[in-house]
Amino acid sequence: MNALRGFAWLLLLQSAGELAARGLHLPFPGPVVGMVLLLGALRFESVRTPVSACADYLLSHLSLLFVPVGVGVMTHLALVNEYGLRMLLVIVLSTWIGLAVTVLVLRLLNRPARAE
Amino acid sequence: MPKFVELWVYLSTTPLFGLTATLVVYVLAHAFYVRQQQAPWANPVLWTVVAIAGGLLATGVPYPTYFSGAQFIHFLLGPAVVALGWPLWQRRGELRQRWLPLLLAALLGGGASAGSALLLGWAVGLPADVLLSLASKSVTAPVAMGIAEKIGGIPALAAVFAVLTGIIGALSGKYLFDALRVPTTPDGWMARGFALGTTSHGLGAARALQVNADAGAYAGLALGLQVVLAALLIPLLFRWL
Repeated sequence: MNALRGFAWLLLLQSAGELAARGLHLPFPGPVVGMVLLLGALRFESVRTPVSACADYLLSHLSLLFVPVGVGVMTHLALVNEYGLRMLLVIVLSTWIGLAVTVLVLRLLNRPARAE
Repeated sequence: MPKFVELWVYLSTTPLFGLTATLVVYVLAHAFYVRQQQAPWANPVLWTVVAIAGGLLATGVPYPTYFSGAQFIHFLLGPAVVALGWPLWQRRGELRQRWLPLLLAALLGGGASAGSALLLGWAVGLPADVLLSLASKSVTAPVAMGIAEKIGGIPALAAVFAVLTGIIGALSGKYLFDALRVPTTPDGWMARGFALGTTSHGLGAARALQVNADAGAYAGLALGLQVVLAALLIPLLFRWL
């Protein structure tokens, strides 16, 4: 029951986020606003207990949720035929650059903190 | 035989088909991934996508038909993004303590990922709408779609780029970090996880979570930060340009 109640909270906060994003013309997607609202709502025990039960389960299967969108690659076969190799090259290289920059910045900034 | 074809034609057009195929293939791919000791190359999302897309193309079932069932899983991405607030909230203490290095790493790492993608894409001559769909590649797919829509990219393509970026990070992160001599101490795991979450969002976080609890926690934190930063900054930047 807790997980179900938690799911109801998540949907309610997402709806509130969608309404706020649309009504106030915010530049963020609705679920992101919902996430920020959840951060505020988690201070209440009556939200925290059910949401934690549901969120842990939902997030442990997060990668499954990307499958339907991923399969959508088949609708862009023309684009893939023409630019596939170049797109792959760009994505692989920029992903490595992003990973390397993040990890190096963190290593650099955390070193002096430990020396103190 | 014709009877079988008839039955297949019927089943393949009901929403039940897309939903069942997605879940069953993923469960099988995940079992395979576990049997391979969670080797990066056995990534379950990669193989599920390859198997389903290949199967649909081979049998001639159009994507919208598949999606009419798969949308029930796709729909859960929205509440899942909201749920990301939970790991973020759990780590609010660490976030308060180390907010400056973490924020800087998230900004520079996310910026490097998006910026280098735009630059490289432009250098190899990708068309403008493809380029714009690349800008949000390090943000979790549902948010990437929202961003692409705002800046003039193709939402469906942005989602595919985001998923690809996620898979590539999950596949190759370990080797890159080893090559950069990032240690496997608690501090090293923190940096590895945070980098995976920053560039490879939910798929990187899922991978980090399986390997090490600290890495997973920081990956969740990073992906939440990236969602907020990218959703705020990318549309603003493109409005100025």
